[in-house]
Amino acid sequence: MPSLGLSLEAWQRFALIGAILVAAALPLLVKNFTVFQLTLVMVYAIAILGLNLLTGINGQFSLGHSAFYAIGAYTAAIMMDRFDASYLLTLPAAGIICFVAGFLFGLPALRLEGLYLALATFALAVATPQLFKLSLIERWTGGVQGIVIQKPDAPFGLPLSQDQWLYYFTLAVVLVMFWAARNLVASRTGRALMAIRDNPLAAAAMGINTAVYKSLAFAVSALYTGVAGALGAIVIQFVAPDSFTFFLAVSFLVGLVVGGVGSIPGALIGGLFVLFVPNIAEAISKGLAWAVYGVILILVIYIMPKGAAGLVRLLARRFLRGLSSRS
Amino acid sequence: MELFLHQLLAGIATGGIYACMALAVVMIYQAIDHFNFAQGEMAMFSTYIAWQLMQWGFPYWLAFTATVVISFIGGALIERALFKPIRTAPILSQIVVFIALFSILNSLAGFIWDYTIKSFPSPFPAEPILGNRLISAHDLGMIGVTLLLLALLYLHFRYTRLGLAMRAAAANPDSARLVGIRVGWMVALGWGMASAIGAVAGMMIAPIVFLEPNMMLSILLYGLAGAVVGGLNSPGGAVFGGFAVGVTENLAGTFVPVVGRELKLTIALVLIVCVLMLRPAGLFGRAAVSRV
Repeated sequence: MPSLGLSLEAWQRFALIGAILVAAALPLLVKNFTVFQLTLVMVYAIAILGLNLLTGINGQFSLGHSAFYAIGAYTAAIMMDRFDASYLLTLPAAGIICFVAGFLFGLPALRLEGLYLALATFALAVATPQLFKLSLIERWTGGVQGIVIQKPDAPFGLPLSQDQWLYYFTLAVVLVMFWAARNLVASRTGRALMAIRDNPLAAAAMGINTAVYKSLAFAVSALYTGVAGALGAIVIQFVAPDSFTFFLAVSFLVGLVVGGVGSIPGALIGGLFVLFVPNIAEAISKGLAWAVYGVILILVIYIMPKGAAGLVRLLARRFLRGLSSRS
Repeated sequence: MELFLHQLLAGIATGGIYACMALAVVMIYQAIDHFNFAQGEMAMFSTYIAWQLMQWGFPYWLAFTATVVISFIGGALIERALFKPIRTAPILSQIVVFIALFSILNSLAGFIWDYTIKSFPSPFPAEPILGNRLISAHDLGMIGVTLLLLALLYLHFRYTRLGLAMRAAAANPDSARLVGIRVGWMVALGWGMASAIGAVAGMMIAPIVFLEPNMMLSILLYGLAGAVVGGLNSPGGAVFGGFAVGVTENLAGTFVPVVGRELKLTIALVLIVCVLMLRPAGLFGRAAVSRV
């Protein structure tokens, strides 16, 4: 569908470049607290993207991604606090540990489907804060008190505040992670994952090793969420067991659905929703903040049954059709 | 030995509550094929209604009956208003609406009745029966109520036309519609019944955990666990699962050394996941056979 002499792909590329330019300029224009919030949006976006790879692409449910987020965050906090490791090292470490943890959890979870898997992961989410509170490992985790860590300064004497530097650092991680996710989905592996989502029996009949791919999807998804957790710990400078409750897992799920299941850029919109909408709800009514939040959530589902990504796609198609019919 | 017996009976008693919740969960699951994450909050809200009625001077059993009726109507209305419009939406969207319902009910209850902890009366005598100190009258009464509910449900689904119609609507909506069953109303009916059962569970547990907006959080979790252990398509299995979870939780908390107290919840959940590994459709559930 060519319009103004440009294909849909070209329009998409323009939108992407524009978005990156805006993202790069933002921290120089707004105050430090907003920069901090936007950094958190990107952190959540990475976690939601991880959940999306599992749910949207491979069709497996998880209500337990707060657990992987927590493991990532604790990995970063313990490395920086107890071993004086550089924050740069914590991201790959968190990623690897969560990859292994996700694979190990994914293996037995293979036997579970749909709601049963939802329950098993639900159990994981509820159990995780308790495990981190355990007195046996208090020496490392700081028990109920948690761990306070230091924010890194900008390197090479760059004239940036700590918040601004972390923003750019997170932005770079986001770009790498989103690029990798896009390539994964477009690859042979990605098609196998989607085949399993759409019809597991047919996929198996075509020679796809569903067990391996499903565990792998779990592992990669946990890796993304773990990296997000490590970043989140560095940005917030604090980890404690009660920051990683079931509520966090639910937030990821809400972000996933609002952004658009199966859509990679949708994860960013999901991150925005997860961070800002509770604040908006509170501004509307303090006493009934969560009721307002619930109403907003229901309205969003009614208005955009396929998430923000679905709506954007629909609007873009209308817009392009309008352009091409005029010319 | 006495400690063991005591913990076992206490486990059976709390298990009764989980069993009620599990039953409510299975009811909605039968009707619409989903978990209702807001089930616990619906039960909590019903319990507040009962409390309010008693504050206005209603005697216990009148308030009890009125609450069950109100909850039934409320449950059916929620289905009509919130879930009917999105019946064809993807599962994940529906789950998000459940989450929304959860946060609305929780926030509303806190707003109307504030967050202070309220005590809730028990309909059963306070003094232990037959001088038996192992189990309180309320615990016994709770178990009795659960078993009575289960028996009523069994009779309803096994021997009444309406029960048959509800089962048909759940098993095969298209064919049910062809023989003249109004499937939409059967779904609403299922919601109503689940809501009413939840109300009973709430009113039975409130004397033990006290009344506050977050009282149902862990109970719902155990209820879900019970339902899944028993099998999501078997109401009897759900009741058994509820009792099993209650007993496991209490015994593990007492007898597993070191971590027992801190990890009560975790141990119970690990056991549940283990059961699922061995029998993925639950102990009494039927596995769905897939054909190519």
